[in-house]
Amino acid sequence: MSTMPLLSLTVFLPLAGALLILMLRGDDEAVRRNARWIALWTTLVTFAVSLFLVTGFDRAIPGFQFVEDHPWLGGVIRYHLGVDGISLPFVILTTFVMPIAILASFRAIEMRVKEYMIAFLVLETLMVGTFASLDIVLFYVFFEGGLIPMFLIIGIWGGKRRVYASFKFFLYTLLGSVLMLLAIMAMYMEAGTTDIVKLLSHDFPRAWQPWLFLAFLASFAVKLPMWPVHTWLPDAHVEAPTAGSVILAAILLKMGGYGFLRFSLPMFPHASELFAPMMFTLSVVAIVYTSLVAMMQEDMKKLIAYSSVAHMGFVTLGMFSLSQEGIQGAVFQMVSHGFVSGALFLCVGVVYDRMHTRDIDAYGGLVNRMPAYAFVFMIFTMANVGLPGTSGFVGEFLTLLAAFKANPNVAFFATLGVILSAGYALWLYRRVVFGALTKPSLQGMLDLTPREIALFVPLIVLTVLFGVWPGPILDTSANSVAFVAERAQTAIQAVQKTAMLMGAH
Amino acid sequence: MQFSISMLAPVLPELLVLAGAIVLLMVGAVRGEKAVSAVDFASVALLLVTAALVLCQSGAPVESFNGSFVTDSFSRFMKVLVLLGAASAIVLAIDYFRQRNIRRFEFSILVLTSVSGMMIMISARDLVMLYLGLELMSLSLYVIAAIDRDNLRSTEAGLKYFVLGALASGMLLYGASLIYGFTGTVSFAGIAAASKAMTSVGLIFGLVFLLAGIAFKISAVPFHMWTPDVYEGAPTPVTAFFAAAPKVAAMALLLRVSLEAFPAIVPQWQQIVVFISIASMLLGAFAAIGQRNIKRLMAYSSIGHVGYALVGLAAGTQQGVQGVLIYMAIYVAMTLATFACILNMRRRGGNVEEIGQLAGLARTQPVVALFFGALLFSLAGIPPLAGFFAKFYVFLAAIDAKLYALAVIGVVTSVVGAFYYLRIVKIMYMDEPAEAFLPMPKGLGIVMGVFGLFVILFFVYPAPLVAAAEAAAKSLF
Repeated sequence: MSTMPLLSLTVFLPLAGALLILMLRGDDEAVRRNARWIALWTTLVTFAVSLFLVTGFDRAIPGFQFVEDHPWLGGVIRYHLGVDGISLPFVILTTFVMPIAILASFRAIEMRVKEYMIAFLVLETLMVGTFASLDIVLFYVFFEGGLIPMFLIIGIWGGKRRVYASFKFFLYTLLGSVLMLLAIMAMYMEAGTTDIVKLLSHDFPRAWQPWLFLAFLASFAVKLPMWPVHTWLPDAHVEAPTAGSVILAAILLKMGGYGFLRFSLPMFPHASELFAPMMFTLSVVAIVYTSLVAMMQEDMKKLIAYSSVAHMGFVTLGMFSLSQEGIQGAVFQMVSHGFVSGALFLCVGVVYDRMHTRDIDAYGGLVNRMPAYAFVFMIFTMANVGLPGTSGFVGEFLTLLAAFKANPNVAFFATLGVILSAGYALWLYRRVVFGALTKPSLQGMLDLTPREIALFVPLIVLTVLFGVWPGPILDTSANSVAFVAERAQTAIQAVQKTAMLMGAH
Repeated sequence: MQFSISMLAPVLPELLVLAGAIVLLMVGAVRGEKAVSAVDFASVALLLVTAALVLCQSGAPVESFNGSFVTDSFSRFMKVLVLLGAASAIVLAIDYFRQRNIRRFEFSILVLTSVSGMMIMISARDLVMLYLGLELMSLSLYVIAAIDRDNLRSTEAGLKYFVLGALASGMLLYGASLIYGFTGTVSFAGIAAASKAMTSVGLIFGLVFLLAGIAFKISAVPFHMWTPDVYEGAPTPVTAFFAAAPKVAAMALLLRVSLEAFPAIVPQWQQIVVFISIASMLLGAFAAIGQRNIKRLMAYSSIGHVGYALVGLAAGTQQGVQGVLIYMAIYVAMTLATFACILNMRRRGGNVEEIGQLAGLARTQPVVALFFGALLFSLAGIPPLAGFFAKFYVFLAAIDAKLYALAVIGVVTSVVGAFYYLRIVKIMYMDEPAEAFLPMPKGLGIVMGVFGLFVILFFVYPAPLVAAAEAAAKSLF
């Protein structure tokens, strides 16, 4: 197996599927069905291939594995791929969520099916490539390229204000990213290499680090998103088709968090330490403020979107505690949020497909007609709240623990967010599912179809499994996270040492 | 000065183009309208053969005419771009002129003469040769702009271009004579030596006028005023030609003059280039937003792109020149393919130019829309398309030269620019379809396909262009 370029295969298989669909001619029902099935099989095969990465991955090694290295742009910029304990979970998360997103679009998308499937498959290539890149320019190409398909997905297959939302999404993200591009160039000039492995052990001058950190922050904060640059997210989520929201919440947001872990923390440890209080503040504001905002939403998707921002607040909180458990908690929280928020958007999609409205007020008492749906929605609501036994708990607990060690006040306010999240999530659940079924339009609602059950089963299994047995993810990431945490801690100690020396004189 | 036949060896490609132009002019004069197709075809073939010939020349510098003409890998790179651009422009024009019953063989011949002017500009190593090439090109271009002579807009465009172009040539000539007066020589090497020994205010004045004249030719702000009017008024294939080949030649001239004649006074011209670069990027980004006519929009877009290319020159380093070369190559490909898509906007009544007419192109002509969309994303500089790599290399050079403000302004304007490119994508992909265009003619399809695929697939194997540009940039230092 070692000779097969497994990672490249995982990255480019979806693209091959897209080419296959591109060759289909015509637009009748048979062609649409073919496009759907080709897309589904492509993503399933990609997932199967990516599982070889899991079985072949050696957890004892902190460095990169499945490395591929070929000349690309001439000079030092190379086609360099590889995964470590931090990126592997995200690669798998992507390949795992994609078939679900495709299957979720089988009925919902009737218009321009071919283009839709092509956009999703191209997006998958770009997303996996982002997580697997070991060259910073290559990373940027994948990272930024993902804007194109997502722009089209929101803009073509979205809701009423889709054009506004797609432009906002594109321009917001682009503005953040171009500043990061300049920082990437500056790093290239300083270190003489674009190789991430070499950059990870390069010590950037202390005077540069804050600037580089802020430039990367501009990109990742928008992508993650962090308060106050999160405003594109509710619009994009509300207008995107269901599968688009799933991908956006489950994977695209994680690129921001992944970016912090891969670049900001290990490459600019001094700046990370310097800005940690600011990041804590922003995280806490995000957690408390967006939770309150979520509570007042009347649109189901918007509510979940704001809850995503709050949950990403825990991620940044954990990361900038700069400790082993905090960063591991952040990784876990991101993966878990990938399942849970994706599943919640699917839950909204289920009722939206039937009623074509996302207004919370239009629903109520669904449990009477849709018991299976009520059960599924309950599990993911609980996971969203962070109930022990679901995957949502582990990440929140670890990040809060790390935050408490770093600064109890921060942990105090962040924990408020847990309470608030219970508030908005359970209230949403009560208003949609419980109560009397009085609205006449809801009388004919049908329960989950076998296709929809097939969507939810793997998500439920993983949410519960990782809730009671978080080992696989934590063990996989442990060694790589240790490296990141160590880089950060060394920097902090160096600062303290200098301070002590200064004091001694 | 002794003349020997060996002096002609380096100018063989130029001679070939000129001789071809004369022969084809005879053919056209004798056979009249019947010869139009043959002349067009022969011109394209001639340009491609010349391009092959240029590629066969050695990359090592060979001088001729007492050092006033040089062929090196830089001239080779730029000449191939010019020749390909011109050949594609003729291909784009064939169907267009045939449909409107404009049977003028002179078009191809004027393209050939202007191309020989451009090739001389690229290889010029003294001020006289520079001016000769520039005027040979410009005079041909003035006529080409007015080639549709019964059309008011076309003649207006030609006249405007001529009047303003003559003014620019005058300024350039004035600058050249000042430089000659203060250095006592017209050769670039001589000027470099003289300016190293002593920098006088007169020389700086001359430099400013010279740069102003060239800035007009590349349509950089503040000498861009003619561009939107001429682009809109001239027949569309002519616009495509104007946007591609002459800009490459003028950019080559600018690079060679600044780096070979004035290496001693880099800070002086660097601030000028930084200024016109920033001004062009800003104007290109903001003025294009309000445009409804796609040709006017492309005019502002090309002004912006010149601004980005100049970011590389502003760095003043070999890496910067490499960036400019890569930028120009990718820019030519993007421009030609985009104009093929614009020429495709044909209804029964003729060509349309309103951006709104593209509505729903993704459903009426999905393949064209796919290419057009990719080209627009590339023009906006979004990876993985070629336009991103073009911007990447010039900004890399700017960062290396510590021109941080220039780089930040540049990338921010590129986000503004992305807005109006996205608007076209939105109209094509997200609006309800308008009446379908007529099927795409084969010539347009070829140009769109070849250059469009280059733009889309550039990321797969970018190394050859990057390496060629690096070799070409080296020969200027």
